[in-house]
Amino acid sequence: MDLNYIIAILAAGVVAGTPILYASLGEVIVERAGILNLGVEGMMLVGAVSAFYVGTFAQNKWLGLLVALVAGGLMALIHAVITIGFRASQVASGLALTIFGTGLSAYLGRGLVGIPPTSTFKAVAIPVLSRIPIIGKIFFDQDIMVYLSVVLVAILWFVFYKTKAGLLLRAAGENPSAVDALGHNIFFVRYAAVIIGGMFAGAGGAYLSLAYSPSWIENMSAGRGWIAVALVIFAVWDPRRALLGAWLFGIIASLGLHLQALGVMIPSNFLQMLPYIFTFVVLVITTRETKNRRSGTPAALGIPYSREER
Amino acid sequence: MKHKQLGSWEIKKTNTSSALKKFGISVTSIVLGLLFAGLFVLITGKDPLQLYSEIFQSSVGSIYGLSETLVEMIPLAFCSLGVSLAFRMQLWNIGAEGQFCMGAFGATYFALFFSDLPKLIMLPLMLLAGFICGGLWALIPAIPKAFWNVNETISSLLLNYVAYFWMAYLVYGPWKDPKGNNFPLTKPFPDSATIPVFGNTRISYAIFLVVIIAVAMFFLIKYSKWGYEISVSGSSRKAADYAGMSYVKNVLMVMFLSGSISGIAGMAEVSGVLHRLQQTISPGYGYTAILIALLARLNPFSILLVSFLMGGLLVGGFSLQTSGFPSSMVSMFQGSILFFVLAGEVFNNYRLVRKKA
Amino acid sequence: MVEMRKIVKEFPGILANDQVSFDVNSGEIHALLGENGAGKSTLMSVLTGLYRPDGGDIYIEGKKTDFLSPKDAVNCGIGMVHQHFKLVQPFTVAENVMLSIKGLKQIYNLNEIEQQIIKQSEAFGLSIDPKAKIWQLSVGEQQRVEIIKLLLLGAKVLILDEPTAVLTPQEANALFKTLLKMVKNGKSVILISHKMNEVLENTDRITVLRDGKSIGTVDTKTTNEKELAKMMVGRNINGQSEKKSYRKKEKIFSLDNASALGDSGLLKLKNISIDIYDGEILGVAGVDGNGQKELAEAVAGLRSLKTGGISFYGKDCTKSGRKKRINLGISYVPEDRMTTGLAPDLNAYENMALINYRKYRGFFIRWDKVRNDTDRLIQKFDVRLASKSNPVKMMSGGNIQKLLLAREIDSDPKLIIAVYPMRGLDIGATDYVKRLLIEQSEKGKAVLLISEDLEDLLSMTDRIIVMHGGEIMGVVNPSETSREEIGLMMAGKRKVDLREA
Repeated sequence: MDLNYIIAILAAGVVAGTPILYASLGEVIVERAGILNLGVEGMMLVGAVSAFYVGTFAQNKWLGLLVALVAGGLMALIHAVITIGFRASQVASGLALTIFGTGLSAYLGRGLVGIPPTSTFKAVAIPVLSRIPIIGKIFFDQDIMVYLSVVLVAILWFVFYKTKAGLLLRAAGENPSAVDALGHNIFFVRYAAVIIGGMFAGAGGAYLSLAYSPSWIENMSAGRGWIAVALVIFAVWDPRRALLGAWLFGIIASLGLHLQALGVMIPSNFLQMLPYIFTFVVLVITTRETKNRRSGTPAALGIPYSREER
Repeated sequence: MKHKQLGSWEIKKTNTSSALKKFGISVTSIVLGLLFAGLFVLITGKDPLQLYSEIFQSSVGSIYGLSETLVEMIPLAFCSLGVSLAFRMQLWNIGAEGQFCMGAFGATYFALFFSDLPKLIMLPLMLLAGFICGGLWALIPAIPKAFWNVNETISSLLLNYVAYFWMAYLVYGPWKDPKGNNFPLTKPFPDSATIPVFGNTRISYAIFLVVIIAVAMFFLIKYSKWGYEISVSGSSRKAADYAGMSYVKNVLMVMFLSGSISGIAGMAEVSGVLHRLQQTISPGYGYTAILIALLARLNPFSILLVSFLMGGLLVGGFSLQTSGFPSSMVSMFQGSILFFVLAGEVFNNYRLVRKKA
Repeated sequence: MVEMRKIVKEFPGILANDQVSFDVNSGEIHALLGENGAGKSTLMSVLTGLYRPDGGDIYIEGKKTDFLSPKDAVNCGIGMVHQHFKLVQPFTVAENVMLSIKGLKQIYNLNEIEQQIIKQSEAFGLSIDPKAKIWQLSVGEQQRVEIIKLLLLGAKVLILDEPTAVLTPQEANALFKTLLKMVKNGKSVILISHKMNEVLENTDRITVLRDGKSIGTVDTKTTNEKELAKMMVGRNINGQSEKKSYRKKEKIFSLDNASALGDSGLLKLKNISIDIYDGEILGVAGVDGNGQKELAEAVAGLRSLKTGGISFYGKDCTKSGRKKRINLGISYVPEDRMTTGLAPDLNAYENMALINYRKYRGFFIRWDKVRNDTDRLIQKFDVRLASKSNPVKMMSGGNIQKLLLAREIDSDPKLIIAVYPMRGLDIGATDYVKRLLIEQSEKGKAVLLISEDLEDLLSMTDRIIVMHGGEIMGVVNPSETSREEIGLMMAGKRKVDLREA
């Protein structure tokens, strides 16, 4: 068991966790506002395909990322209109969005399979910090989107707990009628949260196709959108814990990939199951622990809000 | 939605909605859904109308197409019936895909290792295996849900991936056909393990079972005590507790049954159509089934109809592959239709009224 | 200062406000009196911008104003304390108040705001800790937070919707003292209430609504109970329902040293011992949240005991669940009628079968029999509903309760647990429910009546248990006690201590 090898696995774990982190952060925002978004998987795929398309043909990964943000946001807009404007079932709408996104991305990406990327996110070592033994390589020698994701966690934490916007967001998910009665625009808050959440999901997808495994393959997110949603529960709807959950997941997934090379004789298919089983177990454990509503689920999550109660 | 006024008309909230209005809204939603998805086709420079006509032609425009549509309808209808049972109780079973696979796995086990059994015993045995394996797979997310209210949507879905990898393991590993040129598939099933088909179509006799289950489900929900408990539990858990119903017991039973029906679908697919187990046995039947159940408003007979339509869409999608389109693009149309159906529901609650002078 | 002229508001099938005119001046407390369903809450929802009127106008300081959303009303200085507080439970007091502050900075200064809260609250005698989390506060304290919110919002007109429903008599007095202070300061107060006594004691003017119409506005000094009652109901109300006493006195049900946990894991029932006799109406008084709900659930079989025992006709049934208790004849009319007592999406027929569907032999329910029974009961109990095939969630409050009671009574129970059964019902329905329950007790059934209305409890019951903090403060006889004594017990004083004095 080589130390360098373990460091490599952990570093790869951070990379593997990053697309999930983006998607999870987005979902934390959306659910804090009281909306359940099960369309994350579809949004990630659409983000991935559009990022790859634009990034590769314009040879500019940033442009690709930007397009992914727009694509994710637009998909989210559909969800927002259906669930907030039309007050339809959030579960059904999210599922429809995932199915739609899967099909749309497959369609848009039909000419992209097998095309090599021209512009991707590569590791950029932070001077000085990246020289620290062990953690230097894991945390400070990553690509810029990894760094950005950590910065976003800090920003979101600040916004949630120290600003008016965060206050409104959290109130919207707990008691929307209070927010409305006090003269705030509850609908705007929810629309904004959903769209921003969609942009984050799009960014997560862009990371997949421009950094993690730079390419386009149909269905390349392979359920990561769902894992991101599950991890929001683990995160107890807090951005900092989302970071922990995403990276933890990434490390498990990375470990699974490399276990065989470490001499563990388990067939690769079982190792591929590992991340999903891990997420399942985490879901069960954290749900049991957050049964006390006070520390957990936004009270109005999943319930459409309407002003006229009759 | 606030009170709106459009000239001499008003939009008011209403309590009732006629069947004709509901039908009209559904049809409009489907048309709008297709148009919306068509937009995406248009902006990438292809002609959506041509696409639609090709889908239509290849699915119902020929006898062969029709028969293939029925072939696809069978697994879709099975899974959808299974899923709809769970949905009635507000249990969002998204794991139909995995339950389908596990049912196929269970059936395949008997087909491969008990190949000496006569058909009369083999087929029911495989059916039972499919039923039980699918049911047990659904029980895994059901237990945490029943006891600790763990979100079954995500947990059932995660298991789909576990099921996929299990199948991959089998067909790349211990169950791989030694004479199969290294392709990920098992030996072909003996004749005793295959469900007979109609004439020279690929439609297996399983279609009878689909109809039987649809009818049984209708009667179960409407007239039986257990069906009543499911309806009450789906409407309000508190009311179910109040009435002395065991929510835990019902969650477990409903999820098991839901999974087992999808498991039967898996058995019917490997036994009646594919005649072997291979890596991909489902082009997403489990997911499409969810769409079907929602579109059909959980009604067993509507499910049969919508499954037929979706089957046609699937067949059309396959034929599009020859023109260079990915067959999964039909998901685009399906999702789009559901958007409009969901949004359209709201019109059931509002009506146009002439303003009083 | 604020005037509503000829307001019309309609809902499907109901004309909630029919050309209602109402006004309030600065420095006055004006009551909006009427029975439940008269249209008071609807009218105020229009004034606060939550609903848009179908007809009529609002004038603020003489100028015609149109509220497009609650924000507009808030900007005009109109604020409301609702019956169901608009508070975010996991937030602190300060965070809730911040939602009300006009022009709150994006990055806010928490300390400054907390100081402001303390200052404002002390000015009106409402002390509150800005750092406290809402779920930790008592209902009375939460109400104070709501009022402070409005004051910091710059409200000049404060509307209070049934504020004393959740308070002990002593807390209610404190509230009115506070309102007086505010009004002396130039503010206006609109008090929505259905309690005549309260309104006669504490207001300047009273406007009475009935069936969506305004019956008239009177000066409090010049009117009296009888006149108000006539305006509210349109006819002379009968006196209290006479209760014939039932002779046999067998102990039907006992709770012995029972303790139970609430949903949050905290102990909500502490060593409760109660005996219930046939033919009696046993009342349970107390401020909402002191264990009454848990008591009802424990008796009904929906909540298991942590310690202690339950016996029915002398036989132990501590471990038996809801299903067994239904069979034993313990009937439950819950507080939450729509989602607990009934399945909201199912229709009237389907809901009627909720308790006795098991009696049909075999796998199937005999829906034809259910339909016949339902039709019979709907007629007998005069339940009004648009269609028996529509989901019951479309029914009105009073009829929902009648349907529930019809079902429960038809099952011929031995014990009826009724939790806040008259809450939210108009006088006609309230009267009906009261008579029904009294009738049942006269037939030998036992009734466990949990209510927040002391008048009802004093007039209907044979004995009253007062609960506070999950314990029994005392058991009193309605004819030997007073509102003050019960009020003190509700606030935590034990009868034993009170009577010694």
